[in-house]
Amino acid sequence: MIGPILFSVFAVAAIAGALGMLISKNPVSSALWLIMTLFCVAGLYLTLNATFIAVVQVLVYAGAIMVLFLFVIMLLNLAELPKLNAGDGKRFLGYVGATGVFAALMIATSSALGVLPEPVSVQVAADTGSAVNLATLLFTRYALPLEVIGILLLVATIGAVMLAKRRFV
Amino acid sequence: MEITINWYLSLSAILFVIGVLGVLFRRNVIVILMSIELMLNAVNLTLVTFSQSLGDAAGQILVFFVMAVAAAEAAVGLAIVIAIFRNKLTVDVTQINLFRY
Repeated sequence: MIGPILFSVFAVAAIAGALGMLISKNPVSSALWLIMTLFCVAGLYLTLNATFIAVVQVLVYAGAIMVLFLFVIMLLNLAELPKLNAGDGKRFLGYVGATGVFAALMIATSSALGVLPEPVSVQVAADTGSAVNLATLLFTRYALPLEVIGILLLVATIGAVMLAKRRFV
Repeated sequence: MEITINWYLSLSAILFVIGVLGVLFRRNVIVILMSIELMLNAVNLTLVTFSQSLGDAAGQILVFFVMAVAAAEAAVGLAIVIAIFRNKLTVDVTQINLFRY
């Protein structure tokens, strides 16, 4: 069975990349660790037979968004920031909050243990995640949301240009 | 041992919490934005897992839209970071308190 091996490799690498992003001091290495995580998530999509989303993940996230991040980091020529020096109380509160979020998510996951229906067969899953199926849906049933998303991207582009051009106060 | 969808959901929970920790504990605005991207990715993983497990493509359409919104958010967010950096010459969230007074 190659499935569990692939899942373990990608999962461990994704968590390692996320932790590396969290811990590393330099924003450039943070971004590079995050790119590793994004590639591993794309690999996990492949293990789920979601081929179209896996390709879009690499193109949009690793290809476009992270290039934008790296570009801005290098444009701003940032010095390394010292560690967050909030009081111990705030730090403790942060850990409590994060643990609470994790506990809530794990409770939700474990409550789904016996309830979920049996997964569909690999063939059906591969058909569901194929580019043909998703494109058919995007251009028929979800055509209006697709147009709205196009307008949103246009507005975001114009807004980003305006924000970066203008000088505030 | 077979990998059930609970493994994917647990992994997604772990990634989400690492993103939460990044937002809470880092002071570089750009790293905070990257943590938000990580959280969006964790949610996307959940959506794709359920979509593939149930054989219903609606979840993956939603993931597609989330990616588009994430791209728009990153563009506008980084433009704001550049605009603030021009005035205050810092990306430290503890120094950026324009609305305090």
